[in-house]
Parts: sequence; structure tokens; C-alpha cells
Amino acid sequence: MNINNIKKEFPIFDNKVHNNDLVYLDSANSSQKPKVVIDRIYDFYTKEFSNVGRSVHYLAVTATNLYENTRSSVKKYLNAKYENEIVFTKGATEAINLVANTFGQKYLNEGDEVLLTELEHHSNYVPWHFLKNSKKIKINFSEINENGEITLESIEKKISKNTKLIAVTHISNVTGAILPIKEITALAHSKDIPVLIDGCQGAPHLKLDMQDIDCDFYAISCHKMYGPTGLGILYAKKKWLDDLPPYQGGGGMIQEVNKDGVTYGDLPNKYEAGTMATAQVIAFNESIKFIEKIGIKNIERHESELIQYGEEILRKNNSVKLIGNPQNRGSVLSFNIDGIHPHDIATILDEEGIAIRAGHHCCQILHEKLNLTASARASIGVYNTKDDIDKLKESINKCKKIFELK
Amino acid sequence: MNLKELYQEIILDHGKNPRNLRKAENFNKDAKGYNPLCGDKVHIFLKLDENKKIQDISFEGSGCAISMASASIMTELLNGKNEKQINEIVKDFLEMIKNKENLDNNDLKDDEKTKLMCLSGVKKYPMRVKCATLAWHTLTSAVNNSQKEINTENL
Repeated sequence: MNINNIKKEFPIFDNKVHNNDLVYLDSANSSQKPKVVIDRIYDFYTKEFSNVGRSVHYLAVTATNLYENTRSSVKKYLNAKYENEIVFTKGATEAINLVANTFGQKYLNEGDEVLLTELEHHSNYVPWHFLKNSKKIKINFSEINENGEITLESIEKKISKNTKLIAVTHISNVTGAILPIKEITALAHSKDIPVLIDGCQGAPHLKLDMQDIDCDFYAISCHKMYGPTGLGILYAKKKWLDDLPPYQGGGGMIQEVNKDGVTYGDLPNKYEAGTMATAQVIAFNESIKFIEKIGIKNIERHESELIQYGEEILRKNNSVKLIGNPQNRGSVLSFNIDGIHPHDIATILDEEGIAIRAGHHCCQILHEKLNLTASARASIGVYNTKDDIDKLKESINKCKKIFELK
Repeated sequence: MNLKELYQEIILDHGKNPRNLRKAENFNKDAKGYNPLCGDKVHIFLKLDENKKIQDISFEGSGCAISMASASIMTELLNGKNEKQINEIVKDFLEMIKNKENLDNNDLKDDEKTKLMCLSGVKKYPMRVKCATLAWHTLTSAVNNSQKEINTENL
């Protein structure tokens, strides 16, 4: 696999940032897009555009077929049982809100507990927090160990007879810890508790097999997977989508509407109210093809080697403190430099064309636990090389020079 | 863009060793400010005398070099100023940091203006303007007794 050739497929790298080559280390936030994805959006609007699932004319039929083709690709990619288990949403955030709202409505009552972890992104906390007020549920947190990992034991410890759902991240977007989601799911199912996985950081980097993981819900952010913004996917076992109430009401999700009542459409329409992000869905098919052409296992190997290289380099630097030391690390390296605030690091790196994230990365609960107000984070994608990590290292030294640190 | 313009010696000095980083004794006005994007926090304390003149000004908080230096320099320059002067200097500073070449206010001495102008490099870094202005907005809130927590996202 030749990374330089892969990188050439991403037009963004033809641009200069402050007269420097772009070193993009912010893929955990959002990945860059290959030309095939960008072109697909243009082509769809130029040659094939129509709304889907409504009209009978030529363009409507073409667009509907293209839209459903993506569902079929996603089903295969995730090894879901049925195409109807794939619901398009406006993002992973909406996917989790959909579950919290509908599962909450039907199954959560006062005193019931939802078990999360201290690693969760705000998108897998706030939707459950809503239910604290509306349904008087309790939220429990499985605690991280000193390496910033969540172990099976830490989950088991917090399961009680009132636990009605477990919602955990696949990979922490801060410590990089990969959670044992298959084991967590098996444990939860042995106690009849359904499991939701926030797959934002997992889906772009790891091979996914819903039959193997066996989780009930898996939320995906398409823009982190070399796909367009405004699109997410909720994978949910069919039994849940059949059983849970609809989420949003509107056109497209109904069977029949009259003044006396409404009946709802079959899956997947039941959960896709209104005009969907049609162009994004159709273009996302190209993202999947792009990943499959390289091979997710090859992407996994490349990223794992690179992140290991980055970890070694950062550990050699005495002023750098890495956040988390997980045995299985995903594609992120969060760190602090003694004496330099993450925002100052990010500004200095930006001047060199290096894009990293600085802040709490939407994980304030975790930062509070770690007694940090903010951190810097470098995260990688398929297009990154050792050269990018070397440039990161040099620029960190430049930060130290500017701040007159040894 | 030039990083040296942003991270001038005086900014680094105030960022590393902020002046008046403490809780003012017997303060009679205070306000908190927060930048939710980066987590910068500041708490300004003022002791005003009966003529609404600052007898003591200090702050507590944490943040990047720019926000700490800005708060530190602000407390140095505003000590001894009265309410009217404070409001004018704050207004002048906020205009300068956004789009004005120089400071016009006459309540500051030339060397004080030079010191404050060290923060003008922030202009070229739009994402960092909030870091430089957080303490100043928070001061206004304290002076006006509005008791409202300043949130840079709601300004």
C-alpha cells in the first residue's frame, strides 16, 4: 500500500497552509475527503438530482436507487443481517439521540439506570442527561483505570439490577483506548441489557462486524469516514427498530394520515422523516468503496504502526505528557506540554501547516476526572505518514523554543 | 503572519508569571468569565472606593498564554482608574483588538499603551481574539455589577 498515492486522491493536500504543506492531524474531529466522494456530490447534483422515494419520474427513480444502493453497501460493510437495520441520520449525534429518545420513551422510568463510561463524548452523554430530567433516570459511569482504559471489570462493577441500557464508546477520542465492546456486549446480554456503541472513532479505523460484536445499536459518523458532513448512520437490530416508537414525524415516515390517526411506514422509512441528506448518502457509497479498495485491515495496520511511531516519539520528549497509556490504542494521541497551554501549541503548529485539535474534545467529564482543563490532540487517517509525525515532533520543539522551555 | 508578533516577550512573561493572580482582599465587586471552546476561565475581583476608583484589582483563573497575559496586563494598567476611565479604556482596547490600528484613550500613558499594544498581534488570529478579550468583558460585567457570567460564545 503506497500512502503517497493514496494521499494524492485527496485534493485538500494540493493546498498550502501558511505557505506550508498541510499536515492534517485532526481526523478524529473530521477526516478529509477523497476526490471520488467530492465528485460524486457534484455529479449527482449535475446529472441525477431529484428527491427520493416520492415521485415516479425518471430522476426520482434513479436517485432512489442510488440512495438505496448506499444502504445496501453499508449493510454489507457492517455485516448487518438486513438492509432495514441501516438508518440514515444527520450524524452520529442524531443516531444516539434517536435511541435515547425512543428507547427512553418506551423502556425507561423513574429509578432506571443507564450505564455510560467516563470516556464518553458529549454526544453519548447529553442525550441520556435529558432523560434524567424527563424520566428521572439515573446515569452511572464506569470508571477509567490509570491507563485511561475501560475494562470489562469496571463495567461489571457498575451494573445493577436497575441497569436498563449500556452505552459506551468504541474508541476514546481522548485517551485512544479501544474498548472490549464484544465482551461488554456479551456480559450485558447475559443480564438481558441492550448495548449501544458510539462508533464515531471505531468505524473509520477498525473492521466492523455487527454479527460478531452483536451489539444492539452502533452509531456512525460518516464525515469521519472520508464521507460528507451532515450524515450519520444508526445500525440497530431489526427487533428494536420494529419495537421502538418513531423518532421524528413528517413526510416519508408514514403509511397513512387522516384526522383520526396516523399509521407509520415500514422500516427503514419509519425513522427517516422528511427529505434526507440525499447527495451525502449517495456520495457516501464512494467513501465505502474507497475504504474497501484499500482494505480496512490495511488501513488498520498502517494507522496502528503510525500511531505507535508517534507514541514512541512523543514519549522521548520529556516535556510532553501523553494522556492515557492504553494497551490497544486507536488513532489518537492526546498530550500536554508542561508550561504551554494546548491553544498556544495549536496556534504555533498551525503556522507550520500542522492541524491538530486543542480543547476538551467534547469530553469535559473525562478532562475533569484527569484534572485537566484542556489538551492537545493529534489524530491520524489513512493519508498520514511518518513524515507528518516527524513534522509534529519538530514543531513541538519549536513551541518549546518560543516559550523558552528546555 | 508572524508568531513573534503574537508571542512577544512581554506576553510570554505575563503569561508565565501573571501579575495580580490572587483574590483581592475585601473586594466589593467580582465577575466570572468562561470560554467554553477552550476552557479558559477567569474570575475578576475589584475593590472600588466610594468614588468608584479601583483600589485593588486582581484575578484568578487558568488559560492560554494570551488570556493570562491579557488579564495580567489589564490588572496592572487599570489599578487606580475610576469607573468612567475603566469603561473607556475597555471600549478602546476591544476596538483595537478587533479592527483599530492604535489606542486613542488618553487615560493611559504612552508606555502603558505600548504595553497594551503588545496584544494587538491577536488580530491576525481570529480564533484567538476571544482569549485576549475574555478578561476585559468579564471586568465590564464586574464593574456594572451585572452578576452575569460572561460566556465568550454569547457575546
